Amino acid sequence: VSEPNAAFDSPDGAVRRYGDSRVPGWDQASDLWDDPAQVPDLATTPVPDELRAEIEAHIAKYPDPRSAAIPALAAVQRRYGWCTPEGVQQAAAVMRLTPAYLMAVATFSDMLETRPVGRNTVYVCTNISCSLLGADALLERVRGEVGEDPEFNVRGFECLGACDIAPMASVNGTYVGPIALDEVPALIDQVRAGEEPLPAKQLRRRPSVDEAATKVPGA
Amino acid sequence: MSVKLLLEGIDEPDLRTIEVYRRRGGYRQAPTALAMPREALIEELKASGLRGRGGAGFSMGRKASFLPQGDMDKYLVCNADESEPGTFKDRELMFKNPHGLIEGMIIGAYAAGANRAFIFIRGEYAEVADVLDEAVAEARDAGELGGLELHVHRGAGAYICGEETGLLDALEGKRGNPRLKPPFPANQGLYQGPTLINNVETLMTVPYILRMGAAEYAKIGVENSTGTKVISISGNVQRPGNYEIELGISSREIVYGLAGGPAPGRSVKLWFPGGSSAPVLTADDLDVPYDFDSLAKAGSMLGSGAIIVVDDSNSVVDVCLKLASFYRHESCGKCTPCREGTNWTVKMLERIRDGLATPMDLDIMASVQTRIIGNCLCVLGDAMAMPVGSMIAKFRDEFEQHLEEIALGGPASGLHVEASGIPRALAGTASGDHA
Repeated sequence: VSEPNAAFDSPDGAVRRYGDSRVPGWDQASDLWDDPAQVPDLATTPVPDELRAEIEAHIAKYPDPRSAAIPALAAVQRRYGWCTPEGVQQAAAVMRLTPAYLMAVATFSDMLETRPVGRNTVYVCTNISCSLLGADALLERVRGEVGEDPEFNVRGFECLGACDIAPMASVNGTYVGPIALDEVPALIDQVRAGEEPLPAKQLRRRPSVDEAATKVPGA
Repeated sequence: MSVKLLLEGIDEPDLRTIEVYRRRGGYRQAPTALAMPREALIEELKASGLRGRGGAGFSMGRKASFLPQGDMDKYLVCNADESEPGTFKDRELMFKNPHGLIEGMIIGAYAAGANRAFIFIRGEYAEVADVLDEAVAEARDAGELGGLELHVHRGAGAYICGEETGLLDALEGKRGNPRLKPPFPANQGLYQGPTLINNVETLMTVPYILRMGAAEYAKIGVENSTGTKVISISGNVQRPGNYEIELGISSREIVYGLAGGPAPGRSVKLWFPGGSSAPVLTADDLDVPYDFDSLAKAGSMLGSGAIIVVDDSNSVVDVCLKLASFYRHESCGKCTPCREGTNWTVKMLERIRDGLATPMDLDIMASVQTRIIGNCLCVLGDAMAMPVGSMIAKFRDEFEQHLEEIALGGPASGLHVEASGIPRALAGTASGDHA
């Protein structure tokens, strides 16, 4: 979310321009020799069996097969690390859609990556409640700790719905918080080692703050 | 003694399993409801006065009564795309008591006459979705679902998918752009069929209404705001979290009594009473009763029931910029006033932060907000315009003081806020190389 977009913004923060526009490629004619978008043929597209089975299981849940677009893209991302062109092509073949249709859905969604990224995702929430409690410093610290490690995908993210444990992060899908700045090195080491991130600080272990939460009804 | 329903005993170990849920009286209201005539069930829901807990606060019983009856396919969709900044009540409710939601959905589907139901949960809540998946399978194997086909659908991260028509488009496998209304989802919703869409908390409240009776439930709370509400409170308070309250108690009681207020030595500067989309209120408004009508009268709204408290150590310029950049990122780009308005508001706020603006720019920025409100298909733009407009109106002195301080070479704001990434409307234009 807070990522600078390489195509739009140069590292120094200045707006990059392509002629008179911010949109790259606006002045280049589209390739009229290219074939129009086609639904890839399932017979000639090599799709791994597990991926195909997973997507077909999703399709079966809905009256309209297109409803499985997000689950199918998520399956592609789990398998290949991001929505690779080949992966999207395979999903499109199984779903009988054009790859462009799926890319339109993928680019709409923050969690679907359309560029190569590291396997370990760390989403640091930088929305209001978390930023009031130091989320921006936390994000900076996490970035510093990870450095150039290509195995990581660190992003500032919009509200992750866990303001009660602010400042927090979603580490490979596990909610962790509140994270103190000096816990960051341990957290990143745990992720590198494939261990549970900060077990004591995981949301799933946190009791409710409401006094009634531990009271068993009728007792 | 205040009444507790949804949060009572929610930390009981293994409540998420069907055995414990049943032992606590679970799955007894659904058969009762299914034995009632549909009209009687809807009348019961209407009589309870239950208003939607997702943000709009529309009567649940009336919403269900709008669905036409007939042979066509009808749908129930549970909106679990809880993405409103500051809101985390549905997360805790679903995570700890998934069967409570499923039972509410069985009853809701019967009220709607639907035989297919979906839970649309935001993709970030992967841990919660796993729990729901397990619970749905458990309920299905135990025969509790009857003829209802219920699936959990995970989103992939887009605030706009919490808007009901954006959610429907996303569930149909498209980009989650909101639709023109009318037709309303009750007539043409999911796959063009009549669709009832309800928030998690609303549906989870339904079994309690049936258990205690609508008349008894309507006695909780105040007129026009009946029942209990789970409040998410966060920001600069000492005990953030979810609290269940009776609607109509004083806001001070929530902010100071339950959540402990700001840290010692600090005071409340402003607070959002209903998620970041609600116009801000100040410390002077803390005695407003916390219910739908009183908050509306105070110039704000109850929204999703998420209170964000900002104390006096924070700059209103930073909070405003953080807020506006969130909406800029989340605008789907379909309607011009929202797409451009959110973008320009962020740019103007950055100029203010950097001291490049004049007080006149504050007027221009305020006028941008009035031009967004009511001019788009959905209320995402309004959701930025209302709080930003209220901050300029109520804290104009501070904006001007900030500009003056920078002009005099004084301290700029303490927290250097970066606006978040590119607008969603532009996403993909630069990466279309492999589409």
